[in-house]
Amino acid sequence: MHRRDLLKAAAGFAPLVIAGRAFATPAAGSGRLLLVFLRGAYDAVNIVAPVGSDFYHEARPTIGLAKPDPADPDAALPLDGDWALHPALKDSLYPLWQRKQLAFVPFAGTDDMSRSHFETQDTIELGQPIGGTRDFRSGFMARLADALGADRPIAFSDRVPLCFQGAASRTVPNVALGGNLKPAIDPREARLIEAMYRAGPGDEAGLSRSVAEGFAVRETVFKSLADEMTQAGRGAVTPKGFELSARRIGRLMRDQYDLAFVDVGGWDTHVNQGGAQGYLAGRIGELGRGLAGFAEEIGPDAWRDTTVVVVSEFGRTFRENGDKSTDHGHGSVYWVMGGGVRGGRLAGAQVRIAADTLDQQRDLPVLTDYRGLLGGLVQRQYGLGADRLASIFPNADPVALDLL
Amino acid sequence: METGIMAALAARSNRTVSTSAVRCALFGLVCAVVAVPVSAAPVLGDAQLLDRLTWGIDADSVRDIGGSGASRWLDAQLRPTSSALPPVAQAQIDAMRIGREPLARLVVEMDAQNKAANAIADPAQKKIARDAYNKTMSDLGREAQSRSLLYDLYAPDQLREQMTWFWFNHFNVQADKRDIRAMVGDYEDQAIRPHALWRFRDLLEATLRHPAMLRYLDNDQNAANHINENYAREIMELHSMGVGSGYTQKDVQELARILTGVGVDLKPDSPKLKPQWQPLYLRAGLFEFNPARHDFGDKIFLGHDIPGEGFGEVERALDLIAAAPATANHVSAELAAYFLGAPPPPPLVARMAASFRHSDGDIATVLRTLFRSPEFKASLGRGFKDPVHYAVSAVRLAYGDRVILNADPLSGWLQRMGEGLFAHETPDGYPIAASAWSGPGQMETRFEIARSIGGGAAGLFKPRDGSAPEQPAFPQIENALFFQLLQPHLTPSTTQVLAQATSQQEWNTLYLSSPEFMRR
Repeated sequence: MHRRDLLKAAAGFAPLVIAGRAFATPAAGSGRLLLVFLRGAYDAVNIVAPVGSDFYHEARPTIGLAKPDPADPDAALPLDGDWALHPALKDSLYPLWQRKQLAFVPFAGTDDMSRSHFETQDTIELGQPIGGTRDFRSGFMARLADALGADRPIAFSDRVPLCFQGAASRTVPNVALGGNLKPAIDPREARLIEAMYRAGPGDEAGLSRSVAEGFAVRETVFKSLADEMTQAGRGAVTPKGFELSARRIGRLMRDQYDLAFVDVGGWDTHVNQGGAQGYLAGRIGELGRGLAGFAEEIGPDAWRDTTVVVVSEFGRTFRENGDKSTDHGHGSVYWVMGGGVRGGRLAGAQVRIAADTLDQQRDLPVLTDYRGLLGGLVQRQYGLGADRLASIFPNADPVALDLL
Repeated sequence: METGIMAALAARSNRTVSTSAVRCALFGLVCAVVAVPVSAAPVLGDAQLLDRLTWGIDADSVRDIGGSGASRWLDAQLRPTSSALPPVAQAQIDAMRIGREPLARLVVEMDAQNKAANAIADPAQKKIARDAYNKTMSDLGREAQSRSLLYDLYAPDQLREQMTWFWFNHFNVQADKRDIRAMVGDYEDQAIRPHALWRFRDLLEATLRHPAMLRYLDNDQNAANHINENYAREIMELHSMGVGSGYTQKDVQELARILTGVGVDLKPDSPKLKPQWQPLYLRAGLFEFNPARHDFGDKIFLGHDIPGEGFGEVERALDLIAAAPATANHVSAELAAYFLGAPPPPPLVARMAASFRHSDGDIATVLRTLFRSPEFKASLGRGFKDPVHYAVSAVRLAYGDRVILNADPLSGWLQRMGEGLFAHETPDGYPIAASAWSGPGQMETRFEIARSIGGGAAGLFKPRDGSAPEQPAFPQIENALFFQLLQPHLTPSTTQVLAQATSQQEWNTLYLSSPEFMRR
């Protein structure tokens, strides 16, 4: 049975009153959503590569991936007749593709043409129409949290990201999962500190909520991960880097949180990015191990109603640059994975890739707007009506890719 | 309300000293709270000004501003004449390798060590050599951090030190990329600090001529027919005009062509060049302009024809960029956001941008316009400390002029709070908005740092070379300065919580965790 069939009307709930404001009834949906942001603009077409295009091989003579070849471990892995996957994902995400739990959306991105990392990351995180006045205190994940009402949001990052800023209904907590998570402040001192912030005048930054939430989330995370840390203490091999964080996120989203964000950096490859081997292969391999580890830790039950969306601010130049790498481009390839995802396919509009179809003669064009894609996903996942969806992504029509 | 605080102090002093005496007796500690005579009456407005324009209020800065008055103190900060550190701090800097060896020699030596290590055939020996190389590089990076923090803590020209941090962040480089650890100290000390309060055009060129920047944004690999537009884009987007200010993708590509051949050379001799190129070759330390790598085609940049001629094209381009109204606006808006601690009102930015244009981009003149504005005065005391301000101000308050002997703990705290020196990976630098630093997880981490600082010296007085035993030094936050300037403005809830402290350490932790101490 598909999740949509499980969605039962939640109408009839009394409006929630939080922080003195009335909020609409929570949406009918369920499930978990994790947004993974690859900051720095990952070189999408060297990971999900259009190897069926001769132009691809012309444009990337030194870094492009080779067409699938079972005899060549450095060759790309077949996805469909046109596209193939980076070999560094062979043991992590390729099995999910084969189980049809992973889909790729090529030609995805924004209509922001600044080619600025920071501008375009902001564009995506705000999720507001381009051209209007931007409200920098209102990210789309925060608006989603407000629209859902009853979810448990969290950012697994050392800062609360822009996309989670400005939730009216709550303070979204953040926690970085890299290191030792044992709380250092004892409960008595924590109570005293909270008392200094409670009812303080001039709390325009919302520090009191932030402080209370900070102590609470640390306690929750520590308790949820206590088993893992005990095992680690007994000399078990623990993963490192993003894989460690991603596995912890899997545990926490199984038990505690259902609307989450994590970002991964290190994708701005202007120099020596490599091809089947090398720098980018190492980064993507770590990402793949992390996401596969996440799926494993969250467990089969929770995985069935979990959606993971991987985005990046833009793609990179379709042709390699003078340093066997790539500069800032436009269209990217986004990923959608989860136990209930209708995957194993390239989703969304496509165009034949050739010199004359590139955007400004240099980049992949954008045919699927990120707001339409994400809007379509959350609409299906949570059963959102048009008005509620419009509060998350104003002036953006959801794109129906039938992924959920 | 700028009433003299000293009058109020006289009335308070009996009570405060007796409270303190009780606490000292309670905790069984020797804490001689002596009222340090302050030469003139500091007023609340002065204290707030200090907290905003220095790295945190301390007894020396209170004495300085009380002696000269706020207006003359500000003049002296805008046009500093002395950077003299206390001898104990200066001696630490003098002992550093980055202070003794010129940049070019240091980088060339490290490059040779790296190559020698990589050439070793035996894997075990190679690993030993590579580890030694990495340790030396880490030490160089750590020296740069320590020197920077010693200036923050003890330099008399505090505003210049804040501006040094600000401009480093504006022209950010990350130490961990390639061999920048060996360069980052020089970048801060030679490219940034000397220009921090003077002409923006000079600062821009100083960063362009520094190998740390050329490495970080890959321009050392930008050559004719091998264009790399990374640096060209960030100069316009981040360093000067600002994104969306009117330049085009074509301008970025043209600037990238203009910048071809601007790079880094570690070799002692000039490259062999065709005779017609030899007079165009430039070399200064590790910086070079190599005509053999330059695109001599004509360019059109920001609407101006720039004929191909060599490095003169770069000078022309920098002139155009520095004189662009968008640069005056963008830089003014960033300065205002940093010093107001909030998004700046557009009319204020417009007045600052006018000062920028009329003064040929003189940074002190732009800052004077800001500091004299009613918007600035209204913002005092309402800013939220970012992690660097938080930790440095805590050490300045806790230890005063007692100079720390090891800055590593302080560096570590900054790292834990997500604002490590020279550690930001991307060229946008650390965010300035308060909301970037006040998230739940960040507040919790900050309280842990408060505990580390409040609980004892945490290694600040233990020389890292082991040359002397640790000199115990207990943080003295409940000092004369506290009673005179800070205590009178605590909220009742903070006062009540502080009264529940069961030890001096806990009192310190709680005060450093208080909402009052988060503000500047």
